[in-house]
Amino acid sequence: MNLNQLTIKKAHDGLKKKEFSSVELTQSCLDRIKERNPELNAFISVFEGEAIQEAKKADELIASKKQQTLTGIPFCVKDAICTADRRSTASAKILDNYTPSFDATVIKKIREQGAVLLGKNNCDTFGHGASNENSMYGPVKNPHDLTRVAGGSSGGTAAAVADHMCIFGIGEDTGGSIRQPASFCGIVGLRPSYGRNSRYGIMPMASSLDTVGPMTKTVEDAAIVEEIIAGKDSLDATTVDVGVPKYSKKLKVESKKLRIGVPKEYFETEGMDEEVKTKIKTKIGEMEKQGLEIVEVSLPMTKYAIPVYYIIVPCEDSSNLGRMDGIRYGVREEAKNLYDVYTKSRRAGFPDEVKRRIMIGTYALSAGYYDAYYRKAQKVRTLIIQDFERVFSEVDLLVTPTSPFPAFKLGEKKDDVLAMYLADIFVAPAAVAGIPAISVPTGNTKAGLPVGLQIIGPRLGEEKIFKLANLIS
Amino acid sequence: MKLTVYEVEQIATLARLELSDNEKELYAKQLSVVFDYIGMLKEVNTDGVPETCQVTGLEDVVREDKAINSGEEIKQKLINSFPEKMGKLLKVKAVFDDVN
Repeated sequence: MNLNQLTIKKAHDGLKKKEFSSVELTQSCLDRIKERNPELNAFISVFEGEAIQEAKKADELIASKKQQTLTGIPFCVKDAICTADRRSTASAKILDNYTPSFDATVIKKIREQGAVLLGKNNCDTFGHGASNENSMYGPVKNPHDLTRVAGGSSGGTAAAVADHMCIFGIGEDTGGSIRQPASFCGIVGLRPSYGRNSRYGIMPMASSLDTVGPMTKTVEDAAIVEEIIAGKDSLDATTVDVGVPKYSKKLKVESKKLRIGVPKEYFETEGMDEEVKTKIKTKIGEMEKQGLEIVEVSLPMTKYAIPVYYIIVPCEDSSNLGRMDGIRYGVREEAKNLYDVYTKSRRAGFPDEVKRRIMIGTYALSAGYYDAYYRKAQKVRTLIIQDFERVFSEVDLLVTPTSPFPAFKLGEKKDDVLAMYLADIFVAPAAVAGIPAISVPTGNTKAGLPVGLQIIGPRLGEEKIFKLANLIS
Repeated sequence: MKLTVYEVEQIATLARLELSDNEKELYAKQLSVVFDYIGMLKEVNTDGVPETCQVTGLEDVVREDKAINSGEEIKQKLINSFPEKMGKLLKVKAVFDDVN
């Protein structure tokens, strides 16, 4: 086994026992990136020299017995998350030259432990998409089949983790952007409860939905990262002041103590792949044999999650992206007056999907339409939350497919806006409700494409989610 | 719902987007499809249902109104990232065209 294939747990133990150095571990990941990135396009920036320097520092820390969990562990980060003194574009040409002066809080926590930042991952521009084809730096290819998408929007991070270009990654999930690519690439991806992890330094898309979380090779690794990055942050007023459990030490569970709900609406969707359906049902059958109590439940509001999502997101997006105007940072286009600087910088710096979303949001928020769209969506959002609350009074967790189908072909849905939006049908409901959910791999289709199983939990129910995910992995 | 090219132009102006004629026609079509789809929320009865504006239940999260000095290094980095500058100042175009 090559060093780049290790999990966080094994890499940490190996570094501790001096079986290898962080420089060797980092070099092994950089070699893999060099070999595979020209084909996969998972990275926009790779910080080779800086990464080796950081690894040397980590080796010194380990030598002086100051090793923490992530010391010397190489990781990568979705490019829509700010990293100090490291280019961060969000896959948008308007930020092509942007280098933040600060780390996002979650990145700060990881780097304070002495982790090694390898590079920044390609994603759909500003997180807008479910296939990574909306990136202005080209699509990411799926490591399991290069003719297929890696999923999105955190597609580059999912591909990098699945292809062992790093030990772990950090992604961002507004409507499914961690879980869906995790399922397409066959890795573990956690969307935490809204408010569990600080959003400070995450380039905002839909502020009332955005979350940031781990993308890893194992459930244990996801638990390790989440317990480090979670918690109250004075720089994000929406973070909750609730103690963070040591998730990785609490993975064991008496399976008979868990009651699992299977929402029927997640299996009745039109256009659902039969093989995915069978795989998830088979897994649920196995869980029952393991002693878990399985009950069918109903979430009748499920089908409204996507329309709610595609009102709230463009509205908040159109407002948040107002700051992308070429004035204080980023790429400014030459023009004769201020108005033209705005329009020309935005024209050159945004891809189609960003422009579409800004237009939908601008229209839906304009006078006379606010009640019909945004306010209506916020009300239906309440009903979706109530749906989940009712179900979680009966069961501990919900189990569903992460996506109705495995990774699709590049170009297959690119021009069909609605079909692309519907790819998020099973991941959007938890996002709209602000509750946590994880995608874990559950085998491959006959064609060798990974299938993801989603576990949804009640608010701040990450501990239970990790327990079940670990039990069935 | 059918959006016209004229409506698309108006929205684009509000949103400070410059669109080509092809884009205007494409977006008119695509946005009409999206608005038809999200319009399905009309069938949900929301009488008396409160709006969800946030999911944390937190209220009045405040801190002391005190400036925190980031230091010279950060200040210089921010200035360095200005697209155009004059000394330490951010340079921008005039709001109005030159009147000659």
